[in-house]
Amino acid sequence: MKIRRDVFQAIADPTRRAILVLVATQSMTAGAIASNFDTARPTVSKHLQILTECELLEQEQNGREIYYHLNPQKIKEISDFIEPFRKLWDERFNKLEAIMKNYKPKK
Amino acid sequence: MELKTKIHAEEGTQDLTITREFELPVELLFKAHTEPEIVEQWMGTKVMKLEAQKHGGWHFVTSDNKGNPVFQANGVFHEFITNEKIVRTFEMENAPMGVQLEFFEFKPLTEDTSKLIMHIVYQSAEARNMQLKMPFAKGLNMAHDRLQDVVTKLKQA
Repeated sequence: MKIRRDVFQAIADPTRRAILVLVATQSMTAGAIASNFDTARPTVSKHLQILTECELLEQEQNGREIYYHLNPQKIKEISDFIEPFRKLWDERFNKLEAIMKNYKPKK
Repeated sequence: MELKTKIHAEEGTQDLTITREFELPVELLFKAHTEPEIVEQWMGTKVMKLEAQKHGGWHFVTSDNKGNPVFQANGVFHEFITNEKIVRTFEMENAPMGVQLEFFEFKPLTEDTSKLIMHIVYQSAEARNMQLKMPFAKGLNMAHDRLQDVVTKLKQA
């Protein structure tokens, strides 16, 4: 069964964001990830499941262990998502600045 | 090129903050928000009403080249302190985002530079994300093209 999840919902949770930071530099097993949190192991597993379902994390089998690592492509999608909105305002403000630099007060 | 505008939108929250530093004295930055003909140029919209005072209303309309309105927004000013602060409501008409509450803070940095902090509060996190996802709505794009012309002409003048 594949549940479609919203990426933005996935990263709304602080624990999930912390997990993403943890695996940003290295692949880690669920156990190693869980050892970084006070949260119960099943809770961490649930977070890992959600992050995997929305493709922020990828699993790789290594012997008997499953390692989790970041999916950079998906992360990029998130950071790109706000960029057009930011660009829109940046362009507006650039124009504002250009206009006001040429502003001559009317008397 | 590095964008000068910063957007802070924490996930799961219903607000966002837009900050930008300008190479303009704070007085000119503020004036760009209060003089209808200047607002029209950089926002790329027609200013139908801009009562720059507490209790005043505002209404912007952007039309396509056939004259059909493609973007309309309106609201009321709740606070209006010259060169310091504007508090207003903002509603994009015929859009699902609902009414927003906007706090504009104008801060002088030096004599010739200033900073604008726009804090926008939405009815819900969903409404905010919807707003973030629809920046290049048709009307705004067209308005931008027109705005580009205006600024180019201004620069040549």
